[in-house]
Amino acid sequence: MSIFAIVISSIFVNNFVLSRFLGICPFLGVSKKVETALGMGVAVTFVTTIAGIVTYGVQYAILERFNLEFMQTIFFILVIATLVQAVEMFIKKASPPLYKSLGVFLPLITTNCAVLGAALLNIQNEFTFVETIVNSIAAAIGFTLAIVLFAGIRERLELANIPKALEGFPIALITAGLMSIAFLGFVGLV
Amino acid sequence: MKKTDIIKNGLITDNPTLVQLIGMCPTLAVTTSAINGLAMGLATTVVLIGSNIVVSLIKKIIPDEIRIPSFIVVIATFVTLIGMILKAYFPDLDKTLGIFIPLIVVNCLILGRAEAFASKNKVSDSAIDGLAMGLGFAIALTVLGMIRELFGAGSIFGIDIFGANYQPALILILPPGAFFVLGLLIAGIEGLRNRKEAKLIEQEKAKEAKVE
Repeated sequence: MSIFAIVISSIFVNNFVLSRFLGICPFLGVSKKVETALGMGVAVTFVTTIAGIVTYGVQYAILERFNLEFMQTIFFILVIATLVQAVEMFIKKASPPLYKSLGVFLPLITTNCAVLGAALLNIQNEFTFVETIVNSIAAAIGFTLAIVLFAGIRERLELANIPKALEGFPIALITAGLMSIAFLGFVGLV
Repeated sequence: MKKTDIIKNGLITDNPTLVQLIGMCPTLAVTTSAINGLAMGLATTVVLIGSNIVVSLIKKIIPDEIRIPSFIVVIATFVTLIGMILKAYFPDLDKTLGIFIPLIVVNCLILGRAEAFASKNKVSDSAIDGLAMGLGFAIALTVLGMIRELFGAGSIFGIDIFGANYQPALILILPPGAFFVLGLLIAGIEGLRNRKEAKLIEQEKAKEAKVE
C-alpha cells in the first residue's frame, strides 16, 4: 500500500472512532468542548506515534527474535503504560504550559484502546517502519478529527430542545451514528 | 455485602453497559451479530472473574503506588490465556473478533472492578462480582447483537426469522447502526426509569395529600 493510501485510509475510510470503534471512551467522555477535545486529540496523537515506534521495535527486536509472540498483549500494554508515564514526566519538565493543558488527559490515554489498537494493527498489517509511523500519525489525526467535529456538534446540542429520555448519552450516540454515516461516504476511496 | 446484592448490582442496578456506560469500544464494535456479542461478553466475563480473584488474593502484597500497573499485568495475563484458547478451539470467532480480543486489556470495566471492588473485598465476593458484572456485560452485548442481527440480516443466532423475502436494513450491521441501536436502547431504559420515578413521586404526593 502506498503511503498516501495509508493516510487516506486511516483518516477517512477506516476512521478509528467512527468505523473501527477504537477510542470510544474519550470520544464520548471528553467531547463536551472543542478546546478540551483538541487537547485530547493532540495528546493521543503524541502518544500513539511514539507508541507505534516503540512497539515496532519491541515486536521485531524482542518478541520475534526470541519467539515470544504470545506475550504481545502484555508487552505492548506495559510499554504503553510506561510510555505515558514517561511522556507525562518529560512534558512536565520540558514545557509546563503544555503539561497544564494536556495534563489531565495523559493518564487517561493508557486505557485508550486507540493507542493499543493502532500498535496492534501496525503489526497485523505487517507495515514497514516508515509505514508504521505514517499509519500511527494518520490514525491519531483521524481520531482528533472525529472528536473535534463531534465536540463542535455537542456544543450546539447543549442549546437544542431534546426529549428528556434522549438527553446526554443517548443523543450523543445518535449524533455519532449520523457522523458515522457521513464517513461511510468515504468507503471506496482507497 | 450480601451475595444476592452483588449479583443484582452487576446484572441490573449497575449494569456496566446500560447504566455505567463503560466498555463501549467492544460493545459497539463486535455486536454485528448475536453470537459475536455473546462470545465477546463471555470472553470478558472469564477475564473479569480471573482478574478479580487474583487481584483480591494479592491485594495485601501490592504496594499502593504500583497497584494499577500490577492490575494491568494480571489482566493482560488472563487476556493472553483467553486469546490462546479462542485461537485453538474457536478459530472462526477469533477471526471475527480480531484485535478486540487483545483489546479486552484496556476495557475499563475490568480495571474498574479490580480497583473499585476486588482490591477491597474478599476472594469469594470478588469472584461473584466478576461473574455478575461479566454476565451483565454479556447480556447487554447479546441483546444489542440480537437487535442488530434481527433487523440488519433478518436472523437471530444465524436462524432465519423473517424469511427469504425480508429486505435487511444493512445500515444496522454497518458501524452507524451500532451507535443508533445502543443510543435508542439506553434512551428506552432511561425513559422507563423516568416514568417509574414520576409514578413514585405522584404516589408520594397522593399520600401527602391524604395526610393533610
